[in-house]
Amino acid sequence: MSKRLAVEEQVLTTAQAIPEPETKLAQVPVIIIEPSRGWISLKLKELIEYRDLLFFLAWRDISVRYKQTILGAAWAVIQPFFSMVVFSIFFGRLAKIPSEGLPYPIFSYAALLPWQYFATATTSSSNSLVGSSNLLTKVYFPRLVIPLASVLPAMIDFAIAFVVLLGMMVYYGIVPTWNALWLPLYLLLALVTALGVGLWLSAMNVQYRDIRYAVPFLVQFWMFASPVTYPSSLVPEQWRALYGINPMASVIEGFRWALLNTETGPGPMTAVSAVAALALLVSGAYYFRRMEKTFADVV
Amino acid sequence: MSDLAIRVENLGKKYRIGGRQQGYKRFTETVMETFSAPIRRLKNLGKPTPPEEIIWALKDVSFEVERSEVLGIIGRNGAGKTTLLKILSRITEPTEGRAEIHGRVGSLLEVGTGFHPELTGRENVYLNGAILGMRRAEIDAKFDEIVSFAEIEKFLDTPVKRYSSGMRVRLAFAVAAHLEPEIMLVDEVLAVGDAQFQKKCLGKMGEVAKEGRTVLFVSHNMESVQRLCQTGLVLEWGYVLFTGPVQEAVARYGDVAWKGRPSVEHCRRRAGAGGIRAVRLWVGDAESAPVQVITAGEGMSIYLEASVSPEYQRMRGFAVGFGIDTAMGRRLVTCVSSWVGTDVQTSGQRLLVRCHLPFVHLVPGRYLLSSSIAYGTETLDYVEHGGSFDVAASGDSFARQRNGSHGDIDLPYDFEEIDVH
Repeated sequence: MSKRLAVEEQVLTTAQAIPEPETKLAQVPVIIIEPSRGWISLKLKELIEYRDLLFFLAWRDISVRYKQTILGAAWAVIQPFFSMVVFSIFFGRLAKIPSEGLPYPIFSYAALLPWQYFATATTSSSNSLVGSSNLLTKVYFPRLVIPLASVLPAMIDFAIAFVVLLGMMVYYGIVPTWNALWLPLYLLLALVTALGVGLWLSAMNVQYRDIRYAVPFLVQFWMFASPVTYPSSLVPEQWRALYGINPMASVIEGFRWALLNTETGPGPMTAVSAVAALALLVSGAYYFRRMEKTFADVV
Repeated sequence: MSDLAIRVENLGKKYRIGGRQQGYKRFTETVMETFSAPIRRLKNLGKPTPPEEIIWALKDVSFEVERSEVLGIIGRNGAGKTTLLKILSRITEPTEGRAEIHGRVGSLLEVGTGFHPELTGRENVYLNGAILGMRRAEIDAKFDEIVSFAEIEKFLDTPVKRYSSGMRVRLAFAVAAHLEPEIMLVDEVLAVGDAQFQKKCLGKMGEVAKEGRTVLFVSHNMESVQRLCQTGLVLEWGYVLFTGPVQEAVARYGDVAWKGRPSVEHCRRRAGAGGIRAVRLWVGDAESAPVQVITAGEGMSIYLEASVSPEYQRMRGFAVGFGIDTAMGRRLVTCVSSWVGTDVQTSGQRLLVRCHLPFVHLVPGRYLLSSSIAYGTETLDYVEHGGSFDVAASGDSFARQRNGSHGDIDLPYDFEEIDVH
């Protein structure tokens, strides 16, 4: 570390010593390559420098997403819509699960939207590193860009399916309130959670391909642990905040509150969720950076 | 000091490699394996792979490159060239040592990396540029130049999957060549593409160098190395064999002799369960004193000194094997104690084994030694290229005209003319 500082200092002093025209040459960045040990910095500054790559990778995934499909972007609607139909029949009509006074279809669809986003984003970011192995072994760039870019394309699907939700709100005569302004924050919470999980799983997936098989199972399991088909009011009051450890519970309840005016707005549960999601994100990022040096050799 | 572009000090890269495949398996074994393997792997989870199975792709590599120097990196396949470029371009981390790079690095390790087949040429220029570290505005500014260099104007809006491989390479090289980093790492790009385009690429690289940028160029094509580079670096088994003027480097590359002398610690590869570990592997005289040069056709003794752990002391039933390889790594001779009915026994904690070859009919040159110690079917320690020796010509036994294409073995022979009636 002290050696590194010495080199940087040296570069600075030469830059000062050399007269004007040469200054530019002397100021070239100095990169030190050394074996890294233990926990290393996230290098967020470098990540920002590569924001164009982040944009292009996300844009690539979006633009090829529905190439060579017949139904194209309609898939973004088909999945949540038919899930809603099935849930409405089995959980709403037959099992008579309460829906906080709302028609069951819109009750479940408002939950399926963020859920679908979360599920798609988590799955694609978990598989993102293995899917980009040709990049990992050939070019240098901050590796964090890959899982980061892979949670973005699912937003497009979300936006398309959201239009259908607006249509349903008109159909059921539900008028949103100012609470709807909270929506982006809840979506961000879903993104942070998906990214946190994605960072952990994508890094593990490089070493253990078991992750690829575990992710669909995990996502399915997680859906039943989240209030997609039922209201979280089924969870006893005193456990509600603890339930917030699953950030998706707050996201879904938040969506219903913001758009459909249910009672569970931002509260202790959301706070617990925000902390849990951030903890997942930060720990995931550090774990990812720690494992990063082995990616090119193992993948 | 200010015109230094790259400084590399004692760089080393170690790879761990898994156990070898053990021949064919029966169906039932494969089925059983399916169930037992996950349990075994779970048990081993978290435990590091046995440190014996390692390979040094690079070892003790040190050199310096000055600004605007064009350095050619040459060496045979597996000599560590690509590993070196991968470390310098920060794709993979070194195990030891350090490198200092003054300036932005652009690497061309394999052209067309990150091309997406479904996207058009235009879209791929942006994507590829971003992957290589260009900012969007930078790509905008150079877009026309890139397209005209690649000669794909007409196909800009065609998906890249419809491109010929030549077109893809041209486009990829064009993007990378316009990156304008201070230091450019190039690996074998010229292997593809037609002759005319190759010429254009070489021209571009020469231009890049004239602009004061540094180029590290890896190639098997000695002609282009000589044309482009002023200096050369020869790698062999992960060691630097030579750095200096390119003509001399190319000559060294042809020459198989190399300076770095292998030892058991600096072997190419090591594997085995342990228990008995090789310490030293050498060629020596009757009193086991090391001898580096032997005479062709005469006798030779190979020695192996090993340390024996307590549980293997005072036991019999060991087998010791030696292998002699050419400097190019091709196996010539394998001698195993059990094949000649010798049962190797251990007494104390030191084991010294000698294998005597009465006649060594090898042609002059450098040869590499490998050793293995086995107990039953289990390999305790395998050392690949942990020793070396040189063979010198005996008197005038070797014709002056002999060259590499005449083989590595020199069996005794004589000629006579037979009368044909």
